[in-house]
Amino acid sequence: MKKGTFRDFLLGCQSAIPICLGYIAVSFAFGIESSKIGMTPFQAAMTSLLNVTSAGQFSALEVIARNGSFVELAILQFIINLRYMLMSTALSQKLGADVNTLHRMGISYGVTDEIFAVSIFKKGPLYPLFSYGLIITSVFGWVLGTILGSVAGQILPQIFISSLGLAIYGMFIAIIIPETRVSKAIAAVVISSMAMSCVFTYAPYLKMISAGFRIIIVTVVVAAVAAIVAPVREEKA
Amino acid sequence: MSRVYLYILLMAAVTYLIRMLPLTLIRKEIKSTFVKSFLHYVPYATLAAMTFPAILSATDHIYSSVAGFAMALILAFNKKSLLTVAGISCFTAFIVELFFL
Repeated sequence: MKKGTFRDFLLGCQSAIPICLGYIAVSFAFGIESSKIGMTPFQAAMTSLLNVTSAGQFSALEVIARNGSFVELAILQFIINLRYMLMSTALSQKLGADVNTLHRMGISYGVTDEIFAVSIFKKGPLYPLFSYGLIITSVFGWVLGTILGSVAGQILPQIFISSLGLAIYGMFIAIIIPETRVSKAIAAVVISSMAMSCVFTYAPYLKMISAGFRIIIVTVVVAAVAAIVAPVREEKA
Repeated sequence: MSRVYLYILLMAAVTYLIRMLPLTLIRKEIKSTFVKSFLHYVPYATLAAMTFPAILSATDHIYSSVAGFAMALILAFNKKSLLTVAGISCFTAFIVELFFL
């Protein structure tokens, strides 16, 4: 089984630098919010280390703050994080068939929007050691930002916190936009997803659907239509 | 107090299972053209749906968000790196908030 070399690990770490910086910004905000509901820095750091899911963690704070039921929290996390199931399925195809269960379980820990994006768009095969470098560096930023936010959030000027909020979206845009120049189908997917997401965010009734569910519905509908209209024929590397 | 740890462990378990089951259970190469094409488009659809319109409320002011968003689009369209796009996008929002809001 080819699990990669130390070089792949370092390459993974290097590829994760923008993710790490973006995560520090986003988890910093999470740290501040968690301290507002009375969580200790240790509890906040533990949440970030064990979950590594921005939308999931932010939404959980609301349930924890009002002592909501465990069932509610479980369903909420399931719905908001269901998109990771699609991502893991896509990743299962990118990984070599010979990558064993233990490595697959290790890689599973770090399936986030950003880590997934870097993994799936990586040129050539995806080695477990590359993934570990990517995951460790990214989670380091995620936990560090959480602790900083939780401990010292209130002393940083709001203007910094505000502008850092764009980091994660800037990263998403940097991933999807260049491909729209190459493929008309991908351009159509990006534009329709944004348009449909807009409708679900603002239209009456539809706006009651949670952010997690909105992303699932838009992804499934748009990707399914694209797969029917513009099936990918050639073998993907 | 201990209830907080139960919350944390519960959400961690649910989230991990969602990630782990497909990766460990799906071993064979998927043959169906539809499924392959579907999975090919999933990341673009997901990231696009997550970005817009959420990016409009990423900062405290819609104007700085729009400025940062526009800057990110221009840079990404010109194939700049992840860090460049994210960094300059934040910096643009910062400048807008500092001088215009």
